[in-house]
Amino acid sequence: MNLWLVLAVNSITFGGLLFLLSAGFSLIFGLMRIPNLTHGSLFMLGAYVGVTFVLGIRGFQLNFWLAALLATLTVAAIGALAERLLLRRMPGDQLAQVLVTLGLSFMAADLCLMIWGGDPISVPTPPELEGFARFGVLVFPAYRLAIIVIAAVFAIALWLLLERTRLGAMIRAGVDDPNMARVVGIRVSQLFTIVFALGAGLAAFAGIIGGPILSVYPGLDQDMLPLALVVVILGGTGSLLGSFVGSIIVGFIYNFGQALLPELAYFVLFLPMLLVLLLRPQGLFGRHVP
Amino acid sequence: MSVRAIALGIAFLALATLPYWMSGIYYINVSSQILFYAVFALGLNVLVGYAGLVSLGHAGLFGVTAYATGYMLQLGFGHPIAILVALVISMISMAVFAALSLRSTGIGFIMITLALGEILWGLAYRWISLTGGDNGLSLKTRPEPFGYSLSDVNTFYYATLIIFLLSLAAVAVFVRSPFGSALMGTRDQPRRMNALGYHVWAIRFFACLFSGLLTSVSAILFVYYTQFISPQTLALTSSAEVLLMVISGGAGTLLGPIVGAGLVVAVKTVVSGFIERWNFLLGAIFVAIVILMPEGLVPGTARLWRLAWGKRDRGTGAIAGGAEAKP
Repeated sequence: MNLWLVLAVNSITFGGLLFLLSAGFSLIFGLMRIPNLTHGSLFMLGAYVGVTFVLGIRGFQLNFWLAALLATLTVAAIGALAERLLLRRMPGDQLAQVLVTLGLSFMAADLCLMIWGGDPISVPTPPELEGFARFGVLVFPAYRLAIIVIAAVFAIALWLLLERTRLGAMIRAGVDDPNMARVVGIRVSQLFTIVFALGAGLAAFAGIIGGPILSVYPGLDQDMLPLALVVVILGGTGSLLGSFVGSIIVGFIYNFGQALLPELAYFVLFLPMLLVLLLRPQGLFGRHVP
Repeated sequence: MSVRAIALGIAFLALATLPYWMSGIYYINVSSQILFYAVFALGLNVLVGYAGLVSLGHAGLFGVTAYATGYMLQLGFGHPIAILVALVISMISMAVFAALSLRSTGIGFIMITLALGEILWGLAYRWISLTGGDNGLSLKTRPEPFGYSLSDVNTFYYATLIIFLLSLAAVAVFVRSPFGSALMGTRDQPRRMNALGYHVWAIRFFACLFSGLLTSVSAILFVYYTQFISPQTLALTSSAEVLLMVISGGAGTLLGPIVGAGLVVAVKTVVSGFIERWNFLLGAIFVAIVILMPEGLVPGTARLWRLAWGKRDRGTGAIAGGAEAKP
């Protein structure tokens, strides 16, 4: 019984990380109509940059949360630059944009390998969250519970941003009908940069706070990108609720799959995707087929 | 047109006599690689170029065939049965692959094929009892059709050349056939084709199967060439390499993917001799070609050729016809 509960908590934790990763992916997709194939790389880059700050450069170490913040800002800036300098050059040519993100992801993966080497780097858990939380007879690692809380806070904050602010209203307008949004005076191309930076930052943040659980290693990007894809295919593009529900579903299936059928964990992911594609190709909460 | 015929004749002669003038086993082997990758690129081009459907999961399918061949041989079956079973399994996989991916077109198609390809990669990586995981599968022997042993470098080259020429002929016939025209129609004007009474989905589905067949054929050549298969073969980088062959050569042209295959294999072979950073270069070439020469090298050169000879530029298809032309 305890095993199942621990597995469930792990699933929700992983689902929370996936939500942080795929919310940005889904928003970028909703607005720019492209799957950002660098999203896995941004996740990995966030983790590498963050862990470099945590372990210290020349003996100068940073607090975990400060390092996470710095990594998030760094990667968000990189994302904004990539959008401004490269994707911006091919307006409306979605295929070219996808291929550029694909090329960038290979370059990023090889650069990380060059800088940080091929060995996995383990990220130390922040000392204040190292212990366990006890609920009667049940014991959970405090850090995993903290990730759930963080993901929930971010989900609410993102929801408020999208539903309650002027920027959010502009983003929603851009997702719904970019041409009409332009006509009413919204600078959609500026939104592209903002949303790209936001998505990149969220992915990087997920990468560093997921570090103590997943560690950082070459190939982490290739592990995370398909999960983000499956989340978005399940949940539908451009929908925050879709990413949320999709992440939790994928988190559960992936963790339970790995525990029960370790050899087929990836294949089990395929089943819900198959069902959704057959019955509801636009995704559970999507409004249009991508 | 006659220039083209002469050039093709010279190219054919050069290929047919290659082992006699190419010095060194190494370069003959590289030529075999180029030829079977060209078959793979021809297969992907049926979708990318003629159907306007960009697949990023073809390496997954390639891997299914290669693993099926390897596994059947490991079970102790003979080469003909192993190849036959591998082809049947691949065609069934392709049918499933196509049925799911064709729920969408354009960007959605890319996304679904990418996810499917990654899932096949994960399967090859994790399903250790079947695939050997990271250790991969090894093949002990190459087949000996009609008494010619394919273990010989030259014989393997000629077998690959024959299969390559057959594949090229098949694609050439396919493109000129009414079905090929219908496929290009679904690429450019899916709605009109639908209105004209064509079953757009079925046309795309059969194009996927044809593409899958060529992919499987090249995968069988590949697995006999390397006599080894590991999850790396199914990775996204492999799908991207083939896509780069198609796009760099010129999608939607008959010869473009072949030129692209030659280019990518040659660059990869040369570069990996000097540095380990092939993936970085692959990414950089991708970005550069997409930004600077989106139409590909063959149409780009053909355009310059026509300009140089004063003929009017008739224009060639873009990378993919995902965008509908104005009615």
